[in-house]
Amino acid sequence: MVQKDDGLRSRAEGELMAKDQLMDYQKALEAYEVVIGLEVHVELNTNTKMFCGCANVFGDEPNTNVCPNCLGFPGAMPAVNGKAIENSIKIGLALDCQIAATGRFARKNYFYPDLAKNFQTSQYDEPIAFEGKIDIEVPSGKVFTVEIERAHMEEDAGKLTHVGGSTGRIQGAEYSLVDFNRAGVPLVEIVTKPIYGAGDEAPELAAAYVRSIREIVKNLGVSDARMERGNVRCDANVSIRPKGEAKLGTRTETKNVNSLRSIERAVKYEIQRQAHLLSQGVAIIQETRHWHEDRGATSSGRPKSDADDYRYFPEPDLVPIKPSKEWIEQIRATLPEKPAVRRKRLMELWGFSELEFRDVVNSDLLDEIDETVKAGAKPQAARKWWTGELARIANSENKDINELAITPLQVAQIAELVESGKLTDRLAREVLTGVLAGEGDPAAIIAARGLEVVSDDGALLAAIDKVLAEQPDVLEKIREGKLQAAGAVIGAVMKAMSGSADAARVRELVIQRATEG
Amino acid sequence: MTEITPELVRHLAGLARIEVTEAEVAQFASQLALIVDSVATVKAVASQDIVATSHPIPMANVFREDVVTASLTQEQALSGAADSDSGRFKVSAILDED
Repeated sequence: MVQKDDGLRSRAEGELMAKDQLMDYQKALEAYEVVIGLEVHVELNTNTKMFCGCANVFGDEPNTNVCPNCLGFPGAMPAVNGKAIENSIKIGLALDCQIAATGRFARKNYFYPDLAKNFQTSQYDEPIAFEGKIDIEVPSGKVFTVEIERAHMEEDAGKLTHVGGSTGRIQGAEYSLVDFNRAGVPLVEIVTKPIYGAGDEAPELAAAYVRSIREIVKNLGVSDARMERGNVRCDANVSIRPKGEAKLGTRTETKNVNSLRSIERAVKYEIQRQAHLLSQGVAIIQETRHWHEDRGATSSGRPKSDADDYRYFPEPDLVPIKPSKEWIEQIRATLPEKPAVRRKRLMELWGFSELEFRDVVNSDLLDEIDETVKAGAKPQAARKWWTGELARIANSENKDINELAITPLQVAQIAELVESGKLTDRLAREVLTGVLAGEGDPAAIIAARGLEVVSDDGALLAAIDKVLAEQPDVLEKIREGKLQAAGAVIGAVMKAMSGSADAARVRELVIQRATEG
Repeated sequence: MTEITPELVRHLAGLARIEVTEAEVAQFASQLALIVDSVATVKAVASQDIVATSHPIPMANVFREDVVTASLTQEQALSGAADSDSGRFKVSAILDED
C-alpha cells in the first residue's frame, strides 16, 4: 500500500486526540515481549516510470511527467520497464532472496484521488523475490538476523496537497490538489517476517535495519535512497505480548516514519503506549497509526479491516515475468560486495578502532568517509572532519549531515591542505565555512580570503625574533632542554600572525634559533 | 445456487463507491449469484493438470526499454479535469479516508 500525504488530517487528529499514557520503557520490557515487523518502500531511480515512458524525476512542475497511463485514461495500456525488473531482482539477490520463476502483477483496488486508475498495479501472491535474510548490527554491537518475507514490485501514487481550513483541522479543509508526476514511479516493497527477541533493542534494530536497506539500495545504484525525499519510506508494525504468552499480540502499523530517528522513536512509543493499555486491561486495536515527528507521538488512523478488502486479481494487461536462470546469474555477478563484508574490509583498510568504526557507522558516515579517503584524504583525517567539525555544524543547523553543501572531494582537499601544512586547523575551519556558504572550492576560498599559511620563513623569523626580544630568558631555557618553554613563543607568534602560521614550522624555527645561539 | 447476501452487496457497493437502493440490493444479489455460478461451472471442467492462467496468450517477459518518451503538457493533462488549481487537479476534501 502506498503512503498517503495526509499531513493535514494527521495534525487534525493530533489536536483532537487526548494524550496517550505511556508505561515506563524499562517496566514495559520487563512485563512484555516485543515483536516488530517492517515494511520498507524503495523508490527506484530508473529513467522512466514502471509502466510508461514518462520521466521519473523529483521536483518537476506538477503534472508535466504524466500520460494516459498515469492519469488512468480508459484504454491506456501499461508496458513494463525492463530496467525496473532488473533492479528489483538486484534488490532481491542482495537480500539473499529467492527469485520467483514466475512473477505476476496484480490489481489492488481502492479509491483515492492519488491514484486515477482506482487500482494500484502491484504484486500479490507471486512477488518477484521471497525468503531472504539480512544480518543487522545494532549500536551495542549485537547482530540480529532479520528474515525477509518478500520483496515485490509496485507503483507509487500521486502527491496530494490539502488546501484550506484556517483552523488547520480537516473539517476546515476545502479541497485537495493532486500532482500525478509521482504516480507510476517504480517501487519495491520489502517486507520482513516478524522479528522476535530484540527486547529493549527493538527500536534500534528497526532503525539499523532501515539504514542497512538504504545502504544496500544506494550501493546497488538502484535508488537515490534519500529519505527526506521519500525515496525510502518505512511502515513499522509493533505488537507486544505478556512474557511467556505464545499467542502474538494485536499489532499496529505506524506510517509516516521517514527518518531513521523517527523509526526508533515511533517503535519505542508504540511499545510504551501498548504496554500501558494492556496493563490497564484495555485491548489493542488493530489499526494504522500516524507518526508525528513534532510531538513525538503516534495517533490513530483507520481500523484495518474494511479498507484491506482490496479484491486483488491478476493484471490482465500484463504478461508474467519469468526471469531465466542465466539472467539472474548475470545480475548476481554485477552485485557489489555486501554491506557487512564492506564494513569489515573498510575497518581493516582504515585501521580504525572498533569504537571509532561503530561511531562512523552509527553516524551514517561510511559512504562519506569512504569517498573522502578515495579522494586522497588519510582515513583518520577524513573521520575527524566528518564526525567532528561537520557533524557539529550539521547538528547546530539541525540538518542531516548528508545535506551539508560539501562534497567528499572538498573535505579531502581541506584535509590535504592541513596535512601539507598549508592550512592550520583554524584556517581550515574557516575554509570549511566558506565551502558550506557556497563560496566555491577550498583553493578558490583560500585565494579569495587570503587564508594560506605563511610559509615564508623570513616573515616567520621576523615575528619570532620580535617575540624573543620581549622574552629573552626563553632561549636560555630551551638550551637547558626545557623545550616546553617554546610554547609561549609559539603562541605569541601565532597570535601575531593572526593564526595564519604553521605552528609546527614556528616551533622548528624557535628551536633552530636557540641552537644557533 | 450461491447465496449472495444483501450485506455482501452493500459491502461491495461501499468498496466500489456506488450508491444502491434497497430494490437494487435485491436485484444485484440475484444477478451476482448468477455470475458467480456461471464462473463456477469452469471449475467443473478444469482438471488438476490445467494450470491457472492470467493471460490468454502464453507469453512472458515483455519489457520496455528504460527510455523517456513524450509526456502530456500540463495544459493537456488538466484539459479534462473538472477543476484545477496551480497546475494540479482539484478534488473534494477527503474526510473519511486515511
